[in-house]
This record gives sequence, C-alpha cells and structure tokens, in this order.
Amino acid sequence: MKVAMKVNGAERSGDVEPRVLLVDFLRTNLRLTGTHVGCDTSSCGACTVLLDAEPVKSCTVLAVQAEGRSITTVEGLAQGANLSPIQVGFHEEHGLQCGFCTPGMMLVGASLLERNAKPTEEEIRWAISGNICRCTGYMNIVKAIKHAAMLRAAADAESPGRPTVAAATAGGE
Amino acid sequence: MFPAAFDYRAPASLQEALSILKERGDDAKVMAGGQSLIPLLKLRFARPELVVDIGRLPSMNNVMRRGGHTAIGALVRHVDVENSKELASSAPMMVEAARWISDPLVRNRGTLAGSVCHADPAGDWGSVMLAFGAEIVARSLSGERVLRADEFFEGPFATVLKPDEVVTEVRIPLANGRAGGAYLKLERKVGDFATVAVAVQVQLEGEKVSRAGIGLTAVGPRNIKATDAERSLMGQEPTDRVIAEAARLAAEAAEPKDDVRGSAAYKKDVVRVFVQRGLKTAIGRAREVKS
Repeated sequence: MKVAMKVNGAERSGDVEPRVLLVDFLRTNLRLTGTHVGCDTSSCGACTVLLDAEPVKSCTVLAVQAEGRSITTVEGLAQGANLSPIQVGFHEEHGLQCGFCTPGMMLVGASLLERNAKPTEEEIRWAISGNICRCTGYMNIVKAIKHAAMLRAAADAESPGRPTVAAATAGGE
Repeated sequence: MFPAAFDYRAPASLQEALSILKERGDDAKVMAGGQSLIPLLKLRFARPELVVDIGRLPSMNNVMRRGGHTAIGALVRHVDVENSKELASSAPMMVEAARWISDPLVRNRGTLAGSVCHADPAGDWGSVMLAFGAEIVARSLSGERVLRADEFFEGPFATVLKPDEVVTEVRIPLANGRAGGAYLKLERKVGDFATVAVAVQVQLEGEKVSRAGIGLTAVGPRNIKATDAERSLMGQEPTDRVIAEAARLAAEAAEPKDDVRGSAAYKKDVVRVFVQRGLKTAIGRAREVKS
C-alpha cells in the first residue's frame, strides 16, 4: 500500500506491504542507512528515530503507522555543512567508539535538549536508558550531551529564537 | 525479522473499527501503539490475517476525572501517564508504575489499554488495575460492557474480551478520603521483564485500613490479586505485625516458576518483602493526605 511521510523535512513516499517495518522502509526504500538495526527486538535503540519529534524504536513501528507523520533520522541532524550541537558534542567529548549506537544516542540527546535545555546527569542517563552502548561505558556520551546543552545555551544567548532541529525538520507543523 | 503478511486497516472512526471487527474479528488483532503486538508479529508468535490499527481514532487520548473515577482513553500512552497532572493528583501510584515500564522510547509509543489487553502476566498495568479495582470498558456493535479488572484476566495473554470488542477506556475509581499507593519492581536492567513487581493501593479511615488492593506481577499465569492479604488488612490498624501477616499471605498467593530471573522460592520471598515495603510506603503516603 502507498505510504507518505515527511522525512528530514522532505516529503517521501513509497509502496510497501503493511508488514514492512519503519526501519526497513528508511534503510531499503529511502536508502537512509544512518538508522541502524541492532537487536531487532526493541531492546537496544540502534534504530532510534524521531517520530513527530519524539524518539521511538523504528524496528517496532510499521512504516504504515508513520503515514502522514514527521520522521527525523540522523541524516537530518546537520544543517547543510554545519554539524548540529549534539553532533559537535559527540565529536568534542569523544562520545563514540565503534559508532553503531551513535545515531540513536544523538537523536535521543537532541530530543531531550528540545524538552529540557539544561538536563542534569541523572536526567540524561534516564533519557538514554533505552539505548545500549557496548563501547564507551556511557561516560563520554553523557558528557557529549552536556556539551551540546552548553553549545545550545551559548548559541541562544547570541541569537535567541533560533529554530530547533525538530522544528526545522518537522516543517509545517 | 519481519512479520508474516497481513491485511492492514486503519479506521478513522470507532464505528468503522467496530464494523471491521464484527466482520473479521476472529482473524484480526487490534493494535494501538504496537509495542507488544509488533514484537509478537516479528517472532511470528502471532499471525493474524488482519491488523486493525486503532492508533488514528479521534478523542481516545484523554485522561479526565468524571463522576467517581478517572477515565483513561484507549490511546493514552505510558509517557502520557508519566506526565499526567490529573493522575499525579488522583492516582499517583500510576505515575510511579509508568516510570518502571520498559524504557523511555517504548513508553513514547505503547499504551496503557493496549498493555492491559495484551495481558502479559509480567505486564505492570495488570497489577495496577487489580490494586485499584479498575474497570475496563469494552465496545462492540452490540453495545458496551464494563468489566472489572479482577474478572478481566483469564490467563497468559488471554482476557475475557470478545473478538468483535475494542477497549475504549480504563476507569480508575477515585479514592474518598486518605489513600496512598506504591509500585515496586525488581528488574535486571532497564527494559527487561519484571523478575517480580508489586502494586499496592490502600485507603485509611481514621487509623484503620478501609480498603486494600494488592496486585502481583510476573509470579503466575496472569497478574494475581492477593485477595487473602487484602482481606487481612480490612478494618485493621496497620501495625508492623498486621503488615507482616498480609505480606506473608501475598507471598502465599504467588505462583512463580524457576527461570533465568530467579528461583520460585526467591521470587516468593521478593513478593513478601515488596508487599511489606509497599504497604508501609502506601500507608505513609495515605497518612500524609489531608482529609
């Protein structure tokens, strides 16, 4: 059946069986392979995407459920050549080693900062509790999200009212 | 992993959903957030011919106080319970329980009513429903049924719902007077099934217990209502001895099995300890409520 949704701000559509998972639609039909498949049992969070600005596990969402909704994948974080604050945070604080969990971790981090501009360490750890990292021991991931919060605060002080990632990719909402 | 092929309908109205189920209910599964159903479809433990996605039905995502209860619409998600001001004031134990369910990403999709209908004996909401004495409202083209939580769960993944019925809301009775609750859960890590969990909800009249609800998670073929333990508290002043006896009776009601999460004997003892702690916490919270 026909399915259409906004992905990283652009209208995308396809013809899929109802049983096709959102992660497979993104990776196979749209060739957006930044969204990973890890456990495939909604345990690990490697397949995390934002659905209407909220993080969800795209291995446990049918593509047809996303009909008419807005999706943000890791490919939607950077604005042109400019990395988003969360990406700069992971770069600066060495928030990754193998990189497999990183797209999910960054999307969860970005969505947390949209709701809570200055999260505590506990709030950050709570937010990423559905995402597993087998390399870093989480220390640097927490630091990376804190770093991103600091960058966002600094940018806000310079130019208040700057559009957020979710607002930019959600388009007309 | 992907599911076996199925037909998919996403009705735009409750009436349309009920008509579809009248026609094809026997071969269909109703899906709300899909956080329990989709994993089952992927593992092919469930192979329905038709999935009826009620996720787009209007006006089913509200929490509102009405008459003697708080009504929770069928599409209210775990995260909505977590953030609900209404439930924080009328049934704070539900907010505590919501935070224990799976992980934050699953809570952004999964619904309370969907989880209740899924009837996993390790599901958290079933015990919460039993502890509150909740009601579950089911609709079909033939009309509406209001089902009591203690009659709702039949066995593992089985309820009294008929194939043509959809749950439209869950009703949590409002406490009159001083009430308090607690949800305690032992899990190996975030997102794992409960090793054991316990829901406790009590009401006080003066210094005596006027109502007690105790639900047990993951220690039997369905969520268990610890009836003897509840009865032992009625009309009593909740002294340490009374609480210890109720906890002992609750552990007796549990029917756990040995598995990777622990031995049956261990789980029974966790039930005892959690009910004891839960009652103390719940009673403490009830005493803080200004009557």
